[in-house]
Amino acid sequence: MSLLKPGHRGCAGCCDALAGKFVLDALGEDTIVVSPTGCLEVFTTPYPESAWGVPWIHSLFENAAAVASGVEAALKALGKKNNTKIVAIGGDGATLDIGLQAISGAFERGHDFTYICVDNEAYMNTGVQRSGATPLYASTTTSPAGKVSFGNPLHKKNMPAIIAAHGSPYVATASVAYAPDMMRKVKKAAEVKGPTYVHVHAPCCTGWRFEGSKTVEVGKLAVETAMWPLYEMENGVITNVRKLKNRKPVEEYLKVQGRFKHLFTMQGGTEEIKKIQAIADWNVKHFGME
Amino acid sequence: MKLIIKTVAKPGSTRANKTGAWRSFMPVFDHKLCSKCGICAMYCPEGIITRLENGFFEPDYEYCKGCGICANECPKKAIVMVLEGK
Amino acid sequence: MRRRMVVVEGSYAVAHAVKVCRPHVISAYPITPQTHIVEELSQFVADGEMNCEYMNVESEFSAISALIGSSAAGARTYSSTTSQGLALMHEALFNASGMRLPIVMTVVNRALSAPINIWNDQQDSIAQRDTGWIQLYAEDVQESADMLPQVYKLAEDEDVLLPAMACMDGFILSHVYEPVILLEQSLTDEFLLPYSPEFALDTKNPMSFGMLADPSTYTEFRYKQEKAMGVALKKIEEIANEFKDVYGRYYGGLVDGYALDDAEIVVMAMGSVVGTIKDTIDELRKEGEPVGLLKVRSFRPFPTDAIRSALKNAKVVVVLDKDISIGRNEGALCTEVKGCLYNTDIRAPVIGFILGLGGRDIPMSTIKKIISKAKLVEKGIFVESEIADLREDLA
Repeated sequence: MSLLKPGHRGCAGCCDALAGKFVLDALGEDTIVVSPTGCLEVFTTPYPESAWGVPWIHSLFENAAAVASGVEAALKALGKKNNTKIVAIGGDGATLDIGLQAISGAFERGHDFTYICVDNEAYMNTGVQRSGATPLYASTTTSPAGKVSFGNPLHKKNMPAIIAAHGSPYVATASVAYAPDMMRKVKKAAEVKGPTYVHVHAPCCTGWRFEGSKTVEVGKLAVETAMWPLYEMENGVITNVRKLKNRKPVEEYLKVQGRFKHLFTMQGGTEEIKKIQAIADWNVKHFGME
Repeated sequence: MKLIIKTVAKPGSTRANKTGAWRSFMPVFDHKLCSKCGICAMYCPEGIITRLENGFFEPDYEYCKGCGICANECPKKAIVMVLEGK
Repeated sequence: MRRRMVVVEGSYAVAHAVKVCRPHVISAYPITPQTHIVEELSQFVADGEMNCEYMNVESEFSAISALIGSSAAGARTYSSTTSQGLALMHEALFNASGMRLPIVMTVVNRALSAPINIWNDQQDSIAQRDTGWIQLYAEDVQESADMLPQVYKLAEDEDVLLPAMACMDGFILSHVYEPVILLEQSLTDEFLLPYSPEFALDTKNPMSFGMLADPSTYTEFRYKQEKAMGVALKKIEEIANEFKDVYGRYYGGLVDGYALDDAEIVVMAMGSVVGTIKDTIDELRKEGEPVGLLKVRSFRPFPTDAIRSALKNAKVVVVLDKDISIGRNEGALCTEVKGCLYNTDIRAPVIGFILGLGGRDIPMSTIKKIISKAKLVEKGIFVESEIADLREDLA
């Protein structure tokens, strides 16, 4: 039985629920979880019910890393830290945007905790608005495709690099579609002393507009097209990159999602898709994926 | 129900909410095709597919939302989504 | 018992008081005029005099957020802030109170920007009066220090469990050097027992904190907070008396009267200006003026019954505020005092004076001017609320 109990209000096929389950099952009972506001927090804790089988706290949207810092400091001061793992699990909005300050401070202070970003590439809980993690040309409710727009014109913020620049001893990317790999990385991150970070790709069927049954399938396409590189960084050095043998063109990933559909129907869309392909190509070169 | 003042709640109390009522399609498991790989249980977002003693897998229909990930991922096509009768 | 007085900066006295309260976690961020407090605390830590985790955070928002995490994990916590920092914490203040976490913070009162101003007024904590935090205001440095163990005891009481602000006027109390008695560790250990909450983040007994409460339950959480403030009303008096028993000093509980019994004109105020008012009253009493003071020590919970009782025989009530609600043309204490008298038989006029904003000095002459205005009220000459120390050349 998972430590994330059923009966929660996540969508059928929810990527955040998968992520939460994998994190808890990788880490076990001796874990304290801090959540910022977001889908995972809201659908798991409608008072008086909670899906969390471990101690859990939600404070505000932008302060999960600061709250986690405080939990860590308290356990140390009380002499109760032992092997208890402290994990903050937050969405991309809470992590890359509004929570960036608190994360920066927590990593710079060097608290012994792990921050896991569950990245579904938009502010999903409030209705699919763009965030700093929304990829190029994704259509969201605040960056919609339209007569004169191909959707989000901005590039995805490179959060793992920002964390690595803080001197974190362990940074990794993962995906809910590659569960054993994700759990291995989460476990490793929790075991490494100091502030560690795992950035998890989480395909959201509701926000990205695909059938709930395809969550894992879409996640695999992201990796197989090099749109989501899987790698680890240990003390700032990239290690253990997942290489791709038969890399697929990005169209295979884009065409199964409603948020990119406009690229296939609008005039000039094909040209714009090349820019997305360029991102995948850059990933391959930069991370040495082939 | 007594309010616990710190807005705290007992762990796992969401089990009171039977999300099985949500679904339109239900997964049907064919053990003859199953290779016992466990991928279905791994990728169930509700965590309600459990391994039986004989190694096969079974969903808890009280909570299954009918998302279909298990059927989509099964390498043996041993799970089929079937429209649930009334 | 002979006690040694030392001449120290107000901030030092407060930091020392925090030390003897034995917090587990302190979060610190610099902002004038509270910075000396966190600096002194960091020196205590660096010298091995405190067994706590000291976190230099990257903003006040994180300062309070970290304490939310620490308090939920069962630690006794402390931070200190003012003005912009307190304002930045605004959303987290509601969160801490709603989660019933007994965090204690010194607020070294300072004016709010814009325009930017580092000197004392009470707008910062007054602006947070709806957040569900206890607010006590200190008159002098000794009281500022003595307040710490009292607010911890109050906040951590299992029937209260609300966070608390111990307010002290910036510069006037934080940077002044006064003779004080530093709190003794042994007495404090006797007075203030360790914090042991019923629920904490503990893997042996997992609980979820800070959940979603929909319309069917939210109201009752607010109700319980309010009830806890009601318990705090009683406890503030009790704890002040207990403090007197252990340490021998008393400043009033919820309110404190000075030359009040036969006073016809009653001046009300919070904080350090109370000292100036007392001196003014001493002088005026020599001239036979029937003037007295009702010091308000607890602003939240608001001491309605205590104020009604104290003002029974007043002919004119004069309320001084170091804050103004722009658009209401009144300070908060004035508005709330008027409000609490309305449904009673007390029909003494209440007039409000706003003064000392942005750190403008309040000499005795200003108080005397105010009191002479109060004397005109009986003749029907009064303005309900005005700024008492307005500069005509700039207005």
